[in-house]
Amino acid sequence: MSSAATAFVDATVRTATPLVLAAMGETVVERAGVINIGLEGVILSGAFGALVGATHWGLLGGFAAGILSGVVVSLLFAVFVVQLRCDQIITGTAITLLAVGLTGTLYRSLYGASGAALSIATLAPNALPLFSKIPVVGTGFFEQPLVAYVAYALIPAIWWWTYRTHAGLALRAVGESPIAAEAAGVQVGRVRTGAIAFGGALGGFSGATLVLAQAGTFAENMSAGRGFVAIAIVVLGRWHPLGVALAALLFGASSALQFLLQAIGLALPYQLFLALPYALTLLALAGVAGRVRAPAGLARVDDV
Amino acid sequence: MNVRRGVLRSSNVGVVLLLAAIVAGTGGVLIAAGFDLRRAVEALISGSLGSWYAIGSGTLVRATPLILTGLAVAVAFRAGVLNIGAEGQFVMGAAAGTAVALSLHAPAVISIPGALLAGAFAGSAWAWIAAILRSRFHVLEVISTILLNFLALNLLSYLVRGPMQEPTHVYPQTLTIPIAAQLPRFGPMTRLHLGFAIAVVACVAAWWAIRFTAGGFRLRAVGANPFAARSAGLIDVERVTMGAFLASGALAGLAGAIEVCGVTYAVYENISPGYGYTAIAVALLARLNAAAVIATGIVFGALEAGGAAMQRDAGVPSVVVSVVEAGIILALVVFQRVRVTNAGSSQ
Repeated sequence: MSSAATAFVDATVRTATPLVLAAMGETVVERAGVINIGLEGVILSGAFGALVGATHWGLLGGFAAGILSGVVVSLLFAVFVVQLRCDQIITGTAITLLAVGLTGTLYRSLYGASGAALSIATLAPNALPLFSKIPVVGTGFFEQPLVAYVAYALIPAIWWWTYRTHAGLALRAVGESPIAAEAAGVQVGRVRTGAIAFGGALGGFSGATLVLAQAGTFAENMSAGRGFVAIAIVVLGRWHPLGVALAALLFGASSALQFLLQAIGLALPYQLFLALPYALTLLALAGVAGRVRAPAGLARVDDV
Repeated sequence: MNVRRGVLRSSNVGVVLLLAAIVAGTGGVLIAAGFDLRRAVEALISGSLGSWYAIGSGTLVRATPLILTGLAVAVAFRAGVLNIGAEGQFVMGAAAGTAVALSLHAPAVISIPGALLAGAFAGSAWAWIAAILRSRFHVLEVISTILLNFLALNLLSYLVRGPMQEPTHVYPQTLTIPIAAQLPRFGPMTRLHLGFAIAVVACVAAWWAIRFTAGGFRLRAVGANPFAARSAGLIDVERVTMGAFLASGALAGLAGAIEVCGVTYAVYENISPGYGYTAIAVALLARLNAAAVIATGIVFGALEAGGAAMQRDAGVPSVVVSVVEAGIILALVVFQRVRVTNAGSSQ
């Protein structure tokens, strides 16, 4: 039973890591008043970039290429929503569609139509001394690949940056009232572009994590909805870094439930476990969404 | 805004220019990736418009689900409802339509309407979840409909591997529906079925209703500005929104049932190659005009049919069509100022 519990915590953190990364980035983006539905495409591009980078320049090159791909795709989004002031939802949908098409076409042309099980060495887990010895949760939380620790560190860092620095204040001002921010001398377009690029970097990093720290390979559409889930998680976490991290853990835990239930010996259809996280996220949103307030300027483009 | 940009935006020149750039760019990607572009283009054209068979059995058959889901999206967007969930509603409609078609042992006059109505009802019910989440719990429908898509796909996967699986339990799909439930075709030599006519009639009816009825006026008023509609027009915004949601879901569900009764005759996991997402492009290209959806649905049907031929004959992955679709959406969103976010999503 204790091994099942360990496996449960491990699977929870594993599922949550790429979600935390992507959702942290999206939190910053939404704090600037922009909703990037294209996050799904950003993650997918990051995953593909990581594959290409890793096959040429090794693991580090893979992560760099993944992050870079995420930034490039999100800057394309920024051109449309910040420079040209286009509708954010429609643009984001198109960006995702674009990423699906581009990565699919390039993948097949570079690595063959069959996609013959291409495998890349993945990042090995590093045990943190002391912490990993904590009973039950120790190995799950502290014997993870390096990327998980990056995700942990991002949570307080982004909190501090958004709430305790001038730049963070400017970011929140832009999200709440772009007109007031503009009047106070904040360059709204520049702040939004910066936020979108940062969100793209983390989205790309999230995609790279999928390939280089988890799957060890790439598959078409391998982001499998994580970008959309990350956006839901941002709402669930009330646009606050700590809340967002907890929401990601909740999602991870609900998809890891199968390990616990299998250990008990409950035979349920596996699709139930695949569907459970989505259903729980919906329910949790219903409980939370009415009582929280989004950044007031979210998704509005025609002021300023 | 400078003058030059203003001129570009006010005309269709910009759209054409950007589209040309996209087509050239896509071609460039294909050449760079080492594909034979000429063969690809030949396959694209011959697979979609090259012969009467390609037009009828390829393009128009592919266009049918795209017209109906495109109409579903157009109706919702017109009312300021951001239904990104046509995919899930389509899948639920396909499953429900199949279930009814398989269990009704009745003549065609009962079986076919029964299956199609069941599909529409199931799609509507699936959309209702998102509608209630929006009206009671203030959950953004953009998020809830996307999550519901994933739920629907998992539910379908369970159904075709569990309770609805064919009796030998070999293939993850249902039995073939009885002949009485299959939609009649327009002749022995074509795969084009009655569903296409139903889709066209639905578009014309929706166009008429949106343009000439009081309900259609309310829909447009709510979509244009929900606050003004409420305060100046004494319109029950909640009710109109709910109605648009349910109608949109019903159309997408109907599309699913028609796909089963007209093309696949059974339901399986990948019954939709993303119709619900392409539908967004179909609706936007039609500028949310219900009648224009017929034309844009056929355009995208040709792209999809041609894309399939391209993969078959020239080895070019058919996903490249998504790149073109994305390009079309981006061109429209810049130059036609298509916009949905500020319309009705604010609460």
